[in-house]
Amino acid sequence: MKKCIITVVGKDTVGIIAKVCTYLAERNVNILDISQTIVDGYFNMMAIVDVTNAKDEVLTMAKELEEVGKTVGVMIHCQREEIFEKMHRL
Amino acid sequence: MINRYEVYETNQMIEQENLDVRTITLGISLLDCVDSDIEKLNEKIYNKITTVAKDLVSTGAAIEQEFGIPIVNKRISITPISLVGGAACKTSADYVMIAKTLDAAAKKVGVNFIGGYSALVSKSMTAGDKLLIQSIPEALSCTERVCSSINVGSTKTGINMDAVRLCGEIVKATAEATKENDSLGCAKLVVFCNAPDDNPFMAGAFLGVTEGDAVINVGVSGPGVVKHAIEKARGKDFEKLCEIIKKTAFKITRVGQLVAGEASKRLGVPFGIVDLSLAPTPAIGDSVAEILEEIGLERVGAPGTTAALAMLNDQVKKGGVMASSYVGGLSGAFIPVSEDQGMIDAVKLGALNLEKLEAMTCVCSVGLDMIAIPGKTEAATISGIIADEMAIGMVNQKTTAVRLIPVIGKDVGDTAEFGGLLGYAPIIPVNEFDCSTFVNRRGRIPAPIHSFKN
Repeated sequence: MKKCIITVVGKDTVGIIAKVCTYLAERNVNILDISQTIVDGYFNMMAIVDVTNAKDEVLTMAKELEEVGKTVGVMIHCQREEIFEKMHRL
Repeated sequence: MINRYEVYETNQMIEQENLDVRTITLGISLLDCVDSDIEKLNEKIYNKITTVAKDLVSTGAAIEQEFGIPIVNKRISITPISLVGGAACKTSADYVMIAKTLDAAAKKVGVNFIGGYSALVSKSMTAGDKLLIQSIPEALSCTERVCSSINVGSTKTGINMDAVRLCGEIVKATAEATKENDSLGCAKLVVFCNAPDDNPFMAGAFLGVTEGDAVINVGVSGPGVVKHAIEKARGKDFEKLCEIIKKTAFKITRVGQLVAGEASKRLGVPFGIVDLSLAPTPAIGDSVAEILEEIGLERVGAPGTTAALAMLNDQVKKGGVMASSYVGGLSGAFIPVSEDQGMIDAVKLGALNLEKLEAMTCVCSVGLDMIAIPGKTEAATISGIIADEMAIGMVNQKTTAVRLIPVIGKDVGDTAEFGGLLGYAPIIPVNEFDCSTFVNRRGRIPAPIHSFKN
């Protein structure tokens, strides 16, 4: 399974998760785990997604998600899981 | 599964603490380009570099985006040109032609530096080696991206003092040739003792003759990450401090290993080594000096600096070694003056001088690096400084290097501006007592004894 980590940080507003999830569903990306909190009005979300059968390359999705983020005023990062796995697991 | 805190920690390192992969360096052997016809040689060199490295920059950019880790530089190291050009080059001007070819190839593939305009003369010089060394001032003044290095000594061979004497003159001549830009040419020229074959860092990178046809070497960075991590150890004992540095170095190096593996797979080029380095930049919060200050020194250069640096360097290696399958290059903390804001400040305040920097190079990689000295400094004095640094490397079985910039037209109290990652530096005073009688002796310093180590 090829996984990516999506993180969203920014000022809270209506429909951030909806935007992200719609985008992911359209690319056939499955969400494995998702969590979200609000700290002092700041939206903070992390999702682990399965991109094995995604219609687009990770590279393309990372760029497009960044753009999606800009439309709602938040920062969205989509990174391959390995960078976290390598750093935090032996 | 990866949790929120781990993701947050990694991204904080990248976004706020300047964690990056400093360089992916593609080593390319040019031994198969050797030809006795200079035109053909240049053509073969250009074709080989632009073919092997054509996807280097785009692959680096893709890895950067997919993993969300900045890869600051994509670079090329090549077989030392004195070996490649020996058969074809009859004059120094012939070597300069090769330098121009290298510059053109670097521009074509989009790398910011290409290293290996080099000669390995630790015992003696061939006629070709000498011509190449003599061509360096012109080669570095008429090219933009070519980096040069000369290995003038080793633990096994001793120090070639004829080469050391010549290097002093060449450093001075390179400074003169590029005096319009604060003698910038000297920032692209390194004199080594025990130069490694697999160094990914400029300006000293070249692909040694022990290497294969092509190889990917990666240099990691992250002084800001270490600085931030050890803030948690304020007032704690050395055991806790060392543990934190080791764990942090492990994490940083794992990122380098990941990027090296990906680059190797995508480019179809074998993975060589990860260089376990703490490489500073002039950016705020990306400084090795700040780590030493966090450990407990008012300023770098204060008594205790050498011990703190020795400890830091050792812990970085201990943490990094386990994180990578192959370690090599220079591996250790770098202490370039102009590329580290904390070092610049310490020099300005008078806390750090050339002699203390020399002491520091005994316990870390790599040497007297990016230090601006008065333009009036004699060539013999520069050779003397080089000889001292080479002796440290030779006796301690480690790599040492000298990258001094005698800034023509400037003196103590002035500042030299190099721009970009090369930064800026206050001119540091040099001991002006004469050493020319020593430097002018011919021959070489014999290799040191390898037993009775005290």
